[in-house]
Amino acid sequence: MAEYENLLEIKNLSFSFKTYGGTVKAVRDVSFDLRKGEILGIVGESGCGKSVTAQCIMRLNPEPPGFFESGEILYKGQNVLQMSKPELKQLRSKEIGFIFQDPMTSLNPTMRVGKQIEEVFTGHKDISKVEIHEKALNIMKLVGISDAEKRFRQYPHELSGGMKQRIMIAMALVSEPSMIICDEPTTSLDVTIEAQILDLLLELREKLGTSIIMITHDLGVIAKLCDRVVVMYGGKVMEHGTVDEIFYDTAHPYTNALMNSIAGLDTDKNTVLKPIPGTPPDLFAPPHGCPFAARCDYAMKVCQTYPPEFTDLSQEHSTACWLQHEWAPKVDLHMHNRQRKETV
Amino acid sequence: MSEEKNMTALEPLVKADDLCKFFQLSRKAILKAVNHVNFEIRKGETVGMVGESGCGKSTTGRCLVNLYTPTEGHVYYKGKDIQTYTKSEMMKFRSEVQMIFQNPYASLNPRMTVGEIVTEGMKLHSKMSDAECQEKAEALLARVGLNKEHMSRFSHEFSGGQRQRIGIARALSVDPEFIVCDEPISALDVSIQAQVINMLKELQQELGLTYLFIAHDLSVVKYISDRVIVMYLGTIVEEAPADELYAHPTHPYTQALLYAIPVADPHVTKAKKRITIKGEIPSPINPGECCQFADRCPHATDLCRAEVPVRKEIEPGHFVSCHLL
Repeated sequence: MAEYENLLEIKNLSFSFKTYGGTVKAVRDVSFDLRKGEILGIVGESGCGKSVTAQCIMRLNPEPPGFFESGEILYKGQNVLQMSKPELKQLRSKEIGFIFQDPMTSLNPTMRVGKQIEEVFTGHKDISKVEIHEKALNIMKLVGISDAEKRFRQYPHELSGGMKQRIMIAMALVSEPSMIICDEPTTSLDVTIEAQILDLLLELREKLGTSIIMITHDLGVIAKLCDRVVVMYGGKVMEHGTVDEIFYDTAHPYTNALMNSIAGLDTDKNTVLKPIPGTPPDLFAPPHGCPFAARCDYAMKVCQTYPPEFTDLSQEHSTACWLQHEWAPKVDLHMHNRQRKETV
Repeated sequence: MSEEKNMTALEPLVKADDLCKFFQLSRKAILKAVNHVNFEIRKGETVGMVGESGCGKSTTGRCLVNLYTPTEGHVYYKGKDIQTYTKSEMMKFRSEVQMIFQNPYASLNPRMTVGEIVTEGMKLHSKMSDAECQEKAEALLARVGLNKEHMSRFSHEFSGGQRQRIGIARALSVDPEFIVCDEPISALDVSIQAQVINMLKELQQELGLTYLFIAHDLSVVKYISDRVIVMYLGTIVEEAPADELYAHPTHPYTQALLYAIPVADPHVTKAKKRITIKGEIPSPINPGECCQFADRCPHATDLCRAEVPVRKEIEPGHFVSCHLL
């Protein structure tokens, strides 16, 4: 069962921020795992806790004001929450790469980009300067930067958005990590460049066998890239499963609403889009029940007061929704999705 | 429905004739943001304008509402060149043509209450009394899904979707006929985007508005537009009715752009034919006199690098600028 070995396990993670206005419960009771060589998508709207979850994995959230309320994060069986400072440094520099959302602001404007890639190796004593330089150049070529020698000596402002994102990817990859976390890597890029970057990530997974956590709000990116998907809303996991299960056998009303609210290329002009009414919940005082209850078409009384448990629908697929309970009325969410599947 | 549209479609409402907007950056460097662009917008229709960042779509939109003065060429509104307008005609033009901006966080004055923002244009353009303005503003806010109590609040108290509605209410306050929507939804969350799109569509049906809808999201543009214009580096590469464009994309750039959209359907997106274009958008500073897409085009020939392609009509209403045809 080597194939099913979990590289990363997150169990019942809750993370909050103390602010003047009160405690913001950004992540509440989130559990999922990441296997070797797979691409896991985390999808949700802004403020659903997806970025905070990802940053928890590397302990990148400022603590304080942030703090862990409960849970554990096991990376290769080791609890990240109990790591010492040198261990964390090791984790951040060698084991996990992180690609940030905005390449325009996450690079140091006063440093040549090559130096920034080399900087990853600061403090590594077992590698010579020449080797580091060699590695940096190779990785730049790998991520598709033409004329790497010249680019190496340029500053971030001399590069375009796509190029900067490639530099970010090179930085994340240069120490050959076992996993990369991509936090909306293509949101600020143009579609043709986005396609190039997504193809690149797929190619890298093929070549290096790196596991990837892909955080995005774009269901298109998820469909293209991911093997498994976690859907988050209001700091909680709503549904998780393989990409086919999420798209074709949607089990949670939120996932369904999210999919129906976007205009796809196949959307008929005369149909009216179905927006999700209302706004996301206030995380200062998150609702006791299901966070989506206030905006859900199928909400019942129980949804307002008791948080739903996870129901397993298949080996991979499980959802937190009271509709799955045996006493709940039967609702067919899939009709629209099934029609789509048939047209394929 | 299409017949109705054709009936009213005889006279273009807005016409860009050989429109150019250049920015002189230094003595030698000229940024050609919009480079000899021709198109028409008929009354009551929605024209989508797509392209990647830096292709000149926003600059074109701004030229149409006279926020920029064209370097060359003309913009005709209701048959008259807007550069030749007298002061009073310009006043009228400004109430008939409005714009909705991309960033709802930056396009509302933080020191003004919502009421002041919405009534400002009315007070300038109409002879209504303050009380009437107030009443109309309340009605407008109700129309865009906000209520009376919001009148005295400031814009920072609202979410992105609500702010964009305030922007829409402001644009509607002077009873415009033509609205340039400059990426009105790209700063909004997915679940909120549909709310704004639906509202724009409803308003169009109710008030008979004409839209120029600028966006980089091709799926949304397909959904909302009657005709679509594809821009690349300051030039129009393809123009066609929306369904025609998506069914038969002809220009290599349009094809690549359509390929690049990630479709929210795993089977479709994985089965998609791969047309990736390499490289990045070249700089619009001092562009060569040739097909602007030649550097990235997989089919480019020597001719493409030597001459500017001529606009050809391959189907009724479907225009393409490409040497390969």
